[in-house]
Amino acid sequence: MTIKTTRNLRRLSQLVFFVLFFWLILKTTFEVSFNPADPTDIILPYPVSIALELDPLVALATLMANGTIFKGLLWSLVVLIPTIFMGRFFCGWVCPLGTLNHWISEIPSERRRRRGAGKIESNRYKKYQRIKYYVLFVFLGGSLVGVLQIGLLDPLSLLARSIGTVVLPVLHTTALALVDWVRPYEHPPVGRAAQFAYDLIAPWLLPFRQAHFHAILTIGTLFLAVLVLNRVFTRFWCRAICPLGALLGVFSRFAIFGLEKTESACDHCNLCLVSCQGADNPDVGKPWRQTECHLCLNCQSACPSSALRFKFFPNRQGSVSNPAGTPKVDVSRRKVTASIAAGLVMLPMFRSGDAFEVNANERLVRPPGSMPEADFLARCIRCGQCMRVCPNNALHPTLLESGLEGVWSPILIARIGYCEPTCTLCGQVCPTGAIQELSLKEKVGSDDIPPNRIGTAFIDHGRCLPWSMAIPCIVCEEWCPTPVKAVYLKDVTVYRRDGKAVAVKQPYVDPALCTGCGACEYACPVADRPAIYITSIGESRSEKNQILLERRRKPRSEG
Amino acid sequence: MHRRDFLIRTGQAVALAAVTGGAGILFHNREVGGYSPILAVKPQFQIEPDSSLPAVTMAKNLDPITALHQSLDAIGGIRRFINAGERVTVKPNIGWDRLPEQAANTNPLLVGEMVRLCLEAGAAEVVVTDMSCNEPRRCFLRSGIREAAEKAGGKVILPVEYDFVQVHLDGQMLTTWPVLKHFVQTDKLINMPIVKQHSLSQCTIAMKNLYGILGGPRHQLHQQIDQSIVDLARFCTPTLTVVDATRVLLRNGPTGGSLDDVAAENSVMCATDQVAADARGAEFLGLQAHRVGHIRLAEKSGLGTMDYRAAGYKEIV
Repeated sequence: MTIKTTRNLRRLSQLVFFVLFFWLILKTTFEVSFNPADPTDIILPYPVSIALELDPLVALATLMANGTIFKGLLWSLVVLIPTIFMGRFFCGWVCPLGTLNHWISEIPSERRRRRGAGKIESNRYKKYQRIKYYVLFVFLGGSLVGVLQIGLLDPLSLLARSIGTVVLPVLHTTALALVDWVRPYEHPPVGRAAQFAYDLIAPWLLPFRQAHFHAILTIGTLFLAVLVLNRVFTRFWCRAICPLGALLGVFSRFAIFGLEKTESACDHCNLCLVSCQGADNPDVGKPWRQTECHLCLNCQSACPSSALRFKFFPNRQGSVSNPAGTPKVDVSRRKVTASIAAGLVMLPMFRSGDAFEVNANERLVRPPGSMPEADFLARCIRCGQCMRVCPNNALHPTLLESGLEGVWSPILIARIGYCEPTCTLCGQVCPTGAIQELSLKEKVGSDDIPPNRIGTAFIDHGRCLPWSMAIPCIVCEEWCPTPVKAVYLKDVTVYRRDGKAVAVKQPYVDPALCTGCGACEYACPVADRPAIYITSIGESRSEKNQILLERRRKPRSEG
Repeated sequence: MHRRDFLIRTGQAVALAAVTGGAGILFHNREVGGYSPILAVKPQFQIEPDSSLPAVTMAKNLDPITALHQSLDAIGGIRRFINAGERVTVKPNIGWDRLPEQAANTNPLLVGEMVRLCLEAGAAEVVVTDMSCNEPRRCFLRSGIREAAEKAGGKVILPVEYDFVQVHLDGQMLTTWPVLKHFVQTDKLINMPIVKQHSLSQCTIAMKNLYGILGGPRHQLHQQIDQSIVDLARFCTPTLTVVDATRVLLRNGPTGGSLDDVAAENSVMCATDQVAADARGAEFLGLQAHRVGHIRLAEKSGLGTMDYRAAGYKEIV
């Protein structure tokens, strides 16, 4: 096999993994089979979170933060162990964000700095590439004390979150706007064509209903910045920021595969540098950097004189004019220590304020099955899979509702969507167990176990129609899904301003039965600020955040 | 400067100025936006009345499909209602994410059989749809109705936003409202409710089931529930009403959830008079029709007869 064939294989691999990643996110949706005659729990047919489970950075950081490698995260060894022998093949061959960066970087530019000599210069190893190691060690330092921020910049979490909560909804809005724009009754043939095109793409690309997400401006801006920077420096994200790339670089320390340069063959044409992705010094004269190389093989394929060759056990003995490659990470011990220390400081920084538990936002309703807040934050990587899969568009990325520490972690906004009582999909897709998987029985409860609760409903008498406006309404009670309704009604006679008596039913909430699903809040006709609303108190996951004495925790021996 | 240059360059500037100014005047104070066009047709689904046949029939049988056949045959058979080539919409109650035995949605066996009968009678197309309250994909799936209707050859449609049309309902409470197009742009409508308790209207059977044809802020309808039910029933009188009383939800309706609240009645009713159907159905819940606001108001408004025996009633046991 020639080197050009191998390079084409790499291109194919990038395409396949990118399409696979995108497909997995598309399939993170309510697309299930179910037999009503033999009702079992609804399970997603594909392991849609497998891509995130392959991420060694997620596995390591969550291990440090909470002490376990959760379920499928052991798959990350499939990436990490080959990296130990081969180097950062993941970045060049597999990573879907890397692929996206690669494609965008390689669109020809007319700017001088992006062509010829300018490009050669920008593709040499630069000191700024060390930033990613600092990012990595800051995040790992935080993970050591249970502050898990890795999800903000982990490439797979970032891409999953960006596609799920920004790219696909934006596409959907665009498609609907186009269909709307050429309304069928105004321009019949055009409208019908648009509708036909929409119906053609909608079933596989767009979810059943347009999703609208909270805080997408911040997510979209970061994603856009990552993409646009490629137009300034080739794969700037991969070279300078990506903490996963940094981790894989660190694990390449003992790699047995690498680049060997033959000085005598080299005529210093610099073609290797023109197409270099990692800025790892592929040219003769500088030491090749194992930790920066993505193994894209562009340099070897570009070399007209066969001076470059990737091989097992490359020569480590160099000369002054042709120094050998180095597997060392270009950061000093002192700076690594300082980065870890900076990470440790995140704990007091985030938690000395009041956002964490002391004065937690009462509207911070977490998905059903969520761990207690400290454990939750030690696991959630903000991948947005729960938000994408939620059939009711109920789960959203937070902005600051759970403090700076919890940016983009999931929050349930019942006004947009409530928690469907028999749905357990968010726990199924969570790759780290921040949301534990519930069985249907654990979710809705049975005779021997209580239902999973995410909060409690409260009535705002000042806005409630029967309570303050002498107008009949029972919608919250009608929608209440608990088998014995947690919202109950009392018949009362109230008087209108003209003195006329009106019989109405005023709603009450039974906190012992309410699960906080938010169906009442969603359905309340006082739509802008519902007269019945949920707050987090009573949530199953918390010992402290309770109203009822009977919910005080019992010793474990009592079950 | 040459004269020619002068003319061309001045001409270009004048042309742009003219277009700019003209566009300003053309678009000034133009009325745009606002509302989508309103459909002002009252659908006609009813068939010719036949005084030799009862207005309500009810059959009791442990097999729901047999009960359906018996009551349908007693009211004249499917061919009385469906002609070859017609488009039929079947409207079960698919309101909630519940299993069939929980009695919050119409029995899927009845829906499937009804679809089959319509197709057998030569219907060109049988659409089964409803505007669910809970997440529609879950409701259609877990109610068993999607599977049953599709197996029988029906076209199951999950409502999406662009399938609604603004319709002038011409009621006292309901003026203009978004209606799912399959309920107005069709030839025949078969309403297939289930009998359930409801805390405000006391019962939800035939007429109340028509809420499911509406989109929009329908939670506001509860403020004038009796009048809005009657408005709807006047706007849209189904060809045939098939009431599922195989299981009846006695308490905690209309959502239910506990099997303790479900009573097995093993009955199916067919009716051409939806007020009479509601009156008979209410008895399953221990209600007297004249004490149920919307049934009383419907009779007063001339939509049907509360005294179902007077309207013509036949029971097959």
